[in-house]
Amino acid sequence: MTSDIIRASAAELADRLSRKEISAVEATQAHLDRIEAVDGSVMAFLHIDAEGALATARTIDKRRMGGEELHILAGVPIAVKDIATTKGLPTTAGSRILQGWIPPYDATIVTKLKAVGMPILGKTNMDEFAMGSSTEHSAYGPTHNPWDLDRIPGGSGGGSSAAVASYQAPLAIGTDTGGSIRQPAAVTGTVGCKPTYGGVSRYGLIALASSLDQAGPVSRTVLDAALLHSVIGGYDPMDSTSIDAPVPPVLQAARRADVKGMRIGVVKQLGGEGYQPGVRARFEESVQLLVDEGAEVVEVSCPSFDYALAAYYLILPSEASSNLAKFDAMRYGRRVLPEGVDDPSAEQVMAASRDAGFGDEVKRRIILGTYALSSGYYDAYYGSAQKVRTLISRDFAAAFEKADVLVSPTTPTTAFKIGEKINDPLAMYLSDIATIPANLSGIPGISLPSGLADEDGLPTGIQILAPATKDERLYGVGAALEAALVRRWGGPLLAKAPELATGAAGRTSTATGQEVRA
Amino acid sequence: MSAISRDDVAHLAMLARIDLSDAELDKMSGELAIILESVARVSEVATDDVPPTSHPLPLTNVTRLDVVRPSLSAEEALAAAPASEQQRFSVPRILDED
Repeated sequence: MTSDIIRASAAELADRLSRKEISAVEATQAHLDRIEAVDGSVMAFLHIDAEGALATARTIDKRRMGGEELHILAGVPIAVKDIATTKGLPTTAGSRILQGWIPPYDATIVTKLKAVGMPILGKTNMDEFAMGSSTEHSAYGPTHNPWDLDRIPGGSGGGSSAAVASYQAPLAIGTDTGGSIRQPAAVTGTVGCKPTYGGVSRYGLIALASSLDQAGPVSRTVLDAALLHSVIGGYDPMDSTSIDAPVPPVLQAARRADVKGMRIGVVKQLGGEGYQPGVRARFEESVQLLVDEGAEVVEVSCPSFDYALAAYYLILPSEASSNLAKFDAMRYGRRVLPEGVDDPSAEQVMAASRDAGFGDEVKRRIILGTYALSSGYYDAYYGSAQKVRTLISRDFAAAFEKADVLVSPTTPTTAFKIGEKINDPLAMYLSDIATIPANLSGIPGISLPSGLADEDGLPTGIQILAPATKDERLYGVGAALEAALVRRWGGPLLAKAPELATGAAGRTSTATGQEVRA
Repeated sequence: MSAISRDDVAHLAMLARIDLSDAELDKMSGELAIILESVARVSEVATDDVPPTSHPLPLTNVTRLDVVRPSLSAEEALAAAPASEQQRFSVPRILDED
């Protein structure tokens, strides 16, 4: 039955596929049907590739029937954030400047998904060039939170999290530069992990901030995230920041799910004033559950974290201003000619194209970054921000002497209403206050659901952080906590989400070509 | 550090090759001034004795063997070009008239 298939976790689906209880085509078609039924209201997808996904599914079915031993995730469908290049499928990074751009190559992570045989359902919506915390900055319109369609799904990876939260895909790829996987996970009641910087290849990811970006798994369970993490992680010679080491034993840790004797560090600077009461309440209960499961809690103090947001909103725009310079209308992307100019120069065409193609938030950050890097201001802004980065890493190092993992609420609030913070950039930036430190230091972090806030009945998330390259600790602690919480709730948190109305207008799946929502 | 003026923003827009409209220039200088005020605090703790970090997990001298490997064909590379001619990207003039 379709509804059984779409409600299954990736691990359950994988199991049923391997036992030939269902075919990959059935699994893929069930999700395509679900997308058809609900994405008119959720608007998680920018492009759907039904033909390509089914073709992959057919190939997997044939190989499995032929007796071939396949990867555990072969035939399990997946959605990919529109920041990763997919050969032959439009890739826009949520921007008009790349409207209709068809990459001539696949990102390494996409190559890995294809090698495993995971049907790629389509590309998901995101804040433009990954700049945002609500997906409202997408040039193609916002995605809606499946828990309450008037609310944001988080950002920048709101499309991926919303797709998974609404059962349109069992798994998705996200990217996280300041929290863009973890924060959407928290506000949609799903799981999202940012691996250690260098743990997953950035080749083929449209770059936002090269020293902060990292791709990672988006799922409904910790085990599912571990399965996907194992597929996409690993050394890539095409990425010169890639760590030459095996993927950490995330799957083993997720299956063991044991926290006995682990020291859990609660970070004083994350989770106090400014955090919604319901978010804090669920967080504190989760920490208590970890103690009940055999862990030990210690308080740690990381004073430099009070400067993390400021440092991030200097480093990111600076790196982004450099990375986005490539969108100059000369080799790809939208070209717009300046009005009323005969025989415009290349520079004039660049300037007109970039003004027409970039949204407000992108322009703000490019200008901010250009300023922070300009001579006379470099030391005070960018230079100082880099020093704060050092201080943050030192605070983490000191904290990890006393604790095996650190925990905090993932984000200060539950999902806010669409439109609520769009005109106040600073208020929007505060959504990332707890997630940013991990990106600045390169350490891994995961968010998993910690419950619903009493005041609004919306999901909250708990963030777990581990030292660099120790990603397995996230999964071990996460899986243990998840099991305890699911026992307490009598089922996954997502089961409490309202049923989505099916058949809303405005969405048709196309096999090929450019899918652009009005 | 002083607030950012409209002229500053115009200059930065020129450096960043973005043709901001007058309305955009007005709006942006106000927004950026607020943001800059809040990020300026990084200088409070950025003392001389603290070294800067540019990369979280620094690797050095990452090289590969100097061996030819498959890349994009000219056709593939030009496929998304706004304009192309004679197997080259066709771009507007890059030199001034005189």
